[in-house]
Amino acid sequence: MTKLREIAHSRTGDKGNTSNISVIAYDAKHYPLLLAQVTSERVRAHFAGVVEGEVVRYELPNIAALNFVMAGALGGGVTRSLALDAHGKSLSSALLDLEIDAAPDNE
Amino acid sequence: MRTIRIGSGAGYSGDRIEPAVELAEKGDIQYLVFECLGERTVALAQQARMKNPDGGYDPLLEERMRAVLPICVPRGIKIVTNMGAANPVAAARKTAEIARSLGLASLKIAAVIGDDVLDACKDGDLEIMEFDGTIKQLGNRLLSANAYLGAEPIAEALTAGADIVITGRASDPALFLAPMIHAFGWAMDDWNLLGQGTVAGHLLECAGQITGGYFADPGYKDIPDLARLGFPIGEVGEDGSLVITKVAGSGGAVTAQTCKEQLLYEVHDPKRYIQPDVVADFSQVTVEEIAADRVRVSGGRGTKRSDTLKVSVGYVDSFIGEGQISYAGPGALARGRLALDIIRERLKLTGVASSELRFELVGVESLHGAEVSARAMPNEPYEVRVRVAGRTENLREAIRIGNEVETLYTNGPAAGGGAWKSARDVVAVASVLLPRELAKPSIQFVGRE
Repeated sequence: MTKLREIAHSRTGDKGNTSNISVIAYDAKHYPLLLAQVTSERVRAHFAGVVEGEVVRYELPNIAALNFVMAGALGGGVTRSLALDAHGKSLSSALLDLEIDAAPDNE
Repeated sequence: MRTIRIGSGAGYSGDRIEPAVELAEKGDIQYLVFECLGERTVALAQQARMKNPDGGYDPLLEERMRAVLPICVPRGIKIVTNMGAANPVAAARKTAEIARSLGLASLKIAAVIGDDVLDACKDGDLEIMEFDGTIKQLGNRLLSANAYLGAEPIAEALTAGADIVITGRASDPALFLAPMIHAFGWAMDDWNLLGQGTVAGHLLECAGQITGGYFADPGYKDIPDLARLGFPIGEVGEDGSLVITKVAGSGGAVTAQTCKEQLLYEVHDPKRYIQPDVVADFSQVTVEEIAADRVRVSGGRGTKRSDTLKVSVGYVDSFIGEGQISYAGPGALARGRLALDIIRERLKLTGVASSELRFELVGVESLHGAEVSARAMPNEPYEVRVRVAGRTENLREAIRIGNEVETLYTNGPAAGGGAWKSARDVVAVASVLLPRELAKPSIQFVGRE
């Protein structure tokens, strides 16, 4: 087992009450691992208590990246949220804590 | 092939100013763009304009213009910015006044107007996208309605000889797309070129976010010299070819990784990045490091623009009251939790009217909630900060929330310190889609004709 952080980097963006998180493989050879294991269902489960709506995944094979769009993730919307991090900018770091079933790669 | 270099001088209204000066001095750029208008900033600026008819533009306009005009004007660098906020004409007049006071030759300054569509919208049945309801139902809570204008009026102003173009609400990438349309004469229905130009604009619009800002993660993603972060330059060819780079010797880094992260920033469906001028398609984009701090980004495409424009609607949503207090040392967590329990009960006992409440411990669970946090961090922290926030209908109730937290000093658990409170009104934004023909952008020149 390893953490997603070991094979991918990530950035969060916000629009209204929707957050998007990119997950980008450091090395394109790990893209199949992302495709297989970083599913919408797992991301939604990982953010239990944070994301209220649907999680939709988009695939970008050219840059070995996934983009997760999470509805109802920002406390009613960036401009009205009661949250300390109203933009949800810190969410990407939380996702990188996801467990990935793979041998740690020391290449 | 003709190429232009566009510098991105700000990624938000409060951004650092020296990187823009550095771009103007050393970036060999022909255009300097300042993106300074956040989602709700127009609504706040509209409130400022209601108090002062000559106000309502970006509060840092003067400081930025004073810093860059003496460098840009002699070099012929054109400036494009949305610092006009709710009053582009006043911003243009102010800029003309600043230029005169700096002894700079008379400049041709254009204000792009027509994004303010409040009159066209306010009594209509346009449906709000984020929640059930129409604009009309916002009644007297409605503050502003501004359409995201595209690149066309900005490009027209440049073609008419403007040295500086100041807009209100315009799509952020359009501020960058406009110089390309002007310089290369791109057709407004060449969807693939406009799509690739949108990729360029999107990558540049947040300034330092593509040169290593919002990126560094020690041991994983190290970035040199963030205190001197250089802002990006887009080198765009007339065929849409694009290289992202920065001033040699500035801090930060432009890498394939920084470009990929920014490509997807605030993007939903990468095949349909909806802009006023085009529906851009990022799905086929490729990213290639061609030299140190030089990344080629190719493959942006596009399809026909939509018949509607997104309108950002500012309205008075509610009030938020908040209070915080800290506990430390052995038992800090338990005292923090006790403090939250006390406030929960106090708000009920004293009948504070709120529609939504949030109780949390900063340093433990405030960012991602109890469930995510407990999974990741089993150990007890040395210090915690209690935070209670609530949504109310008026300021009086909002103030009561912070007061209750403050009373923990003398009424709460042992050794609570550093209490802080606030109460504020919340101007929020929502969106509607307006038939395109109802927004009528135009250009107004200020200063030398």
